[in-house]
Amino acid sequence: MTTASTIDRPVRQYDFGTMWLLVFPATALLLAFLVIPTALVVVLSFTDYELGKEGLRYIGITNYSDMLADRVFWQSVRNTALYVALVVPGSIFIALAVALLIERRSVLARFYKVAFFLPVTATLVAMATVWEFILHPSIGLANHLLSVLRIDPIRFLSDPDWAIVSLAAIGIWQSIGFNMVLFLAGLSSIPKEIDEAAALDGAAGGIDRFMIVTWPLLGPTTLFVTITTAINAMRVFESVAVITQGGPNKATEVILYSIYLEAFQYFRTGYASALTVVFLLVTVSLIILQMRLADRKVHY
Amino acid sequence: MVRRSSPVSSTLAHLALFCGAIFMLTPFFWMIVTSFKTPDEVFLAEFQLLPTKWGGTANYIAAFTEAPLLRLMVNGAVVSLAILVVQVIVAAPCAYALAKIPFRGSGILMAAVLLGLMIPIQVPALPIYIAFAYFGLLDSYTALIMPFSISVFCIFLLRQFFKTFPQEIIEAARLDGYSEFGIVWCIVFPTALPAIAAFSIFSIIAHWNDLYWPLIVITEPSLATPPLGLMMFRQSSQAGGNIGALMAASTIVIAPLVIAFLFAQAQFIRGLTVTGLK
Repeated sequence: MTTASTIDRPVRQYDFGTMWLLVFPATALLLAFLVIPTALVVVLSFTDYELGKEGLRYIGITNYSDMLADRVFWQSVRNTALYVALVVPGSIFIALAVALLIERRSVLARFYKVAFFLPVTATLVAMATVWEFILHPSIGLANHLLSVLRIDPIRFLSDPDWAIVSLAAIGIWQSIGFNMVLFLAGLSSIPKEIDEAAALDGAAGGIDRFMIVTWPLLGPTTLFVTITTAINAMRVFESVAVITQGGPNKATEVILYSIYLEAFQYFRTGYASALTVVFLLVTVSLIILQMRLADRKVHY
Repeated sequence: MVRRSSPVSSTLAHLALFCGAIFMLTPFFWMIVTSFKTPDEVFLAEFQLLPTKWGGTANYIAAFTEAPLLRLMVNGAVVSLAILVVQVIVAAPCAYALAKIPFRGSGILMAAVLLGLMIPIQVPALPIYIAFAYFGLLDSYTALIMPFSISVFCIFLLRQFFKTFPQEIIEAARLDGYSEFGIVWCIVFPTALPAIAAFSIFSIIAHWNDLYWPLIVITEPSLATPPLGLMMFRQSSQAGGNIGALMAASTIVIAPLVIAFLFAQAQFIRGLTVTGLK
């Protein structure tokens, strides 16, 4: 039953039973937990299904039009976009700066790497709990330190203007280490000769050399890091679920938290499915964009 | 000629890195210090760095008794290890077949694997939840483990690794009478241990730390994983405002992975960035 066979190898008849045993468990589970549920989400998004209710009706694009008319949906899109817009440049800029400073330093380099990478391994729910306490308006460390500088206490998490910014700061803190490692890998692949040639050609100062040599050669790494960070930032959930629950006044309602609430708290399954489809489409477009750009990275 | 930076710029660089490192470590430091403080000192309106009275014992006892912390840690270990073992057992034969055996439908299967890489758990979560509710599987280890039994990432990673395995050795093993499963587990798999190690770290960290899925399927505190249990404890202890105990519980929850990271930094960094560096 084999279809393909290569010329340089003897054709072999694979017995169907063995083949089936090798591939069947993975295929069955792939269908059961990925392919079919994802297809079902798309189907459910066109129905009025609510968990616990009997029956469901095809209602066309009503869920989608409801969504576009819903103020909370747009609020969550805005909040998610703002969060991504803060975390991506913040995390990348700091990670790049740290990577550039750590590179070529032997003393303490290991300590710096561990310190910056530690938040990546630490359970985010636990650290979000700690951050909530640090950002507490009256007994938090952050406001203690501000009072030393004679700055009035800031309600980091309960002021609607501050809440999403505070969560973004936590997001940046958590993701710098990961991006730093990617940048260090990118930097180590830049041949030292190019750098030295630039120095001989008169690119004297460190900043000059960075702009002329390092930055352009880091282009592919930077693109990759940017999109990876954006995809991860779009999936922000833990800090919202633990600290703000979308508040104050929906100021930190983000897209995944909306999906969670609609699907598993209000049980509006059809509507939650429509939200999920939109979320999936944005994620997939970002990944496709990333793959397109990665294909082009062969020629700098 | 490696360029030597001037002492001034070197000092400035160290100063910046050192301040940055202190900032990164502050939450960990503050968490541990607070877990040693008594409630009076936690709620002090003035800044106080170190505890003057020892409250650590009470806080850690509270964390272990008021939150079922020991149970949470056991749950976390059982669930993340079970997920890892099942993922590898399911993925390895499939990855071997995709890498080494031409068969009808392999193109479609590979396409499904690649598409699967793009789908986060939050997407299939809804129908899986409905099915689990229908079969009465909510609030069980099965509900925590089953959806992650298939890791397309593991299949993808192992397939890349298996592809480089010499075909001649496989042919020779077949002549020696090895079955295809014998070849997978006794001959090809042992050579993939570095890839397995990286994947194990990735998988264990992902599932030890995961909140979304346990939050959905588990309401019974005795079945909670560490992040979910911590969240439940936080909600219950807010009334009492026992922040010291909350910090003690947080310290315990992050301890296993942080300690493991400190002992095996290179492996951790590789395991976590293997997704990114593919």
